[in-house]
Amino acid sequence: MVFEILAFGFMQRALVAGVMIAIICSIIGLFLVLKRHSLFGDAMSHVAFGGIAIGLFTNVYPLWTAFIVSILAALGMTKLREFAKIPADSAVAVLLSSGLAIGIVLISLSGGFTLDLFSFLFGSILLVSVQDLIMILIVSSIVLAIISLIYKGLTYVTFDEEQASVGGLSVKNINYLFIVIASVTVIASIRLVGVLLISSLIVLPNITAITMGKGFKKTAIISCGISACSVIVGIIVSYVMNIAPSGAIVLTATAIFLTAVLGKHTVRKIRRSDINIQDVTMSD
Amino acid sequence: MPAEIVSVENVSFGYDSSLSLENVSFKAYEGDFLGIIGPNGAGKTTLFRCMLRVLLGYKGTIKLFGQDIRDDKNYLKRIGYIPQTRSIEQGFPVTVEEVVSFGLIGRKYTKDKISSAIEEVGLIGHNKKRIGELSGGQLQRVLIAKSLVADPDLLILDEPTTAIDMESENKFYSLLTELNKERRMTIIWSSHDLDAIKKLADKVACINKRLFFHGNVGEFFNNEKLMMSAYLESSMQAHMHSHFDVNNNDKIVDPDGL
Repeated sequence: MVFEILAFGFMQRALVAGVMIAIICSIIGLFLVLKRHSLFGDAMSHVAFGGIAIGLFTNVYPLWTAFIVSILAALGMTKLREFAKIPADSAVAVLLSSGLAIGIVLISLSGGFTLDLFSFLFGSILLVSVQDLIMILIVSSIVLAIISLIYKGLTYVTFDEEQASVGGLSVKNINYLFIVIASVTVIASIRLVGVLLISSLIVLPNITAITMGKGFKKTAIISCGISACSVIVGIIVSYVMNIAPSGAIVLTATAIFLTAVLGKHTVRKIRRSDINIQDVTMSD
Repeated sequence: MPAEIVSVENVSFGYDSSLSLENVSFKAYEGDFLGIIGPNGAGKTTLFRCMLRVLLGYKGTIKLFGQDIRDDKNYLKRIGYIPQTRSIEQGFPVTVEEVVSFGLIGRKYTKDKISSAIEEVGLIGHNKKRIGELSGGQLQRVLIAKSLVADPDLLILDEPTTAIDMESENKFYSLLTELNKERRMTIIWSSHDLDAIKKLADKVACINKRLFFHGNVGEFFNNEKLMMSAYLESSMQAHMHSHFDVNNNDKIVDPDGL
């Protein structure tokens, strides 16, 4: 049955696009989670919603307007944080609500919600066109290339900004570059899970991978694996059960997360009881 | 005459409402082991943050390796910095090897260098361990390995023994002595542990916003009167500053007026 599903062109496009997005979301997400900016994806996707509304309002391809608006907003937020010394979570809240507000105002001006807008809100991976696929492949390649170039420095900055700065790194430049590629990643991913669920793809695979207790590189690899698995399983299940793919992808990632947490808890419990048994045997 | 490594001239720095450093001046030369003492909030960490370009809004001049640090940040490559371990997030998913490799960013990277730095601090076999699995003392040694891997000329340590046990502390002190005596590495070390400073350092600077004493360890510790007056005076100053901070904001020096 799986082979039958894979024979469809739309399914092949969906899987390729989905796996690429899964990989870049995991990698960018790992840095976001560790920088304690988990809600950044949410904020950017809400700003993107405003950008998409501008595109639909002005008849421009909505993802391009979303790219421009989101990058400007992300840079603006970073500048605002530095300038006004606002805590990161408050800056994210400002961005999230104002982005959504812009979208709602523009949509109300243009006469209400359209089918197009719904596909951006909830994702439409099975409707990925060749044009979308090319855009996703180009964006993913650029994001991966930049990350591989700044990987060491970005990891150090995420670990400890002050030590990285003392180590001679341009922390400010690395942070700005990262914010731009994180914004681009979020916008490219909207096609997959939509504005409303994007942050789950950024956060869930990473917090699952972090619970495995490995080093940075291995955590990143595990997170990519979990994310890609969630996308593949989610898309196939959604087709077989005729349910929304975005929801199926996020629920798969949630199931993997819960299994990992429960598994870790159980292993810990077994180890503890083993130690207790050994203690009793020795005292006998 | 050994080369001048650090020159701090009339450095003052203020945070939002009070002055943390006031006209501090001292020098350190190649091979010096300088202990910096003073009560909590004396400005020791602020002084280091100024020397390391983390804080650039200071008044005065800081020269490292003969160059004004405002002009060029290349000098940072010659410095190893060990912060307080309590500032490290131990839940971060990173291995010992990965942390040590941070010290080689922008330099020639070899696995051998990393392994030998880890070996040097006595953590053989811990390369692949996540930092969350280490004790405070072991984590401290990882940070030392990260600082040593690039073979620095100057080592700056900010209260490095705050979170470590006695045994690790002794091993750590032996390592510092070896680096200073055998490799002639210049060390500047802030600590509350006066006994350790007395045993390891050859020079001491006592600060509490202002510099109260700078000279040989022997001169400081063998002269009880001098030690008491410098250390007590500095502690007394801390008490008075905190008193003014709480009760009379008008007494606080405006940093903008520096």
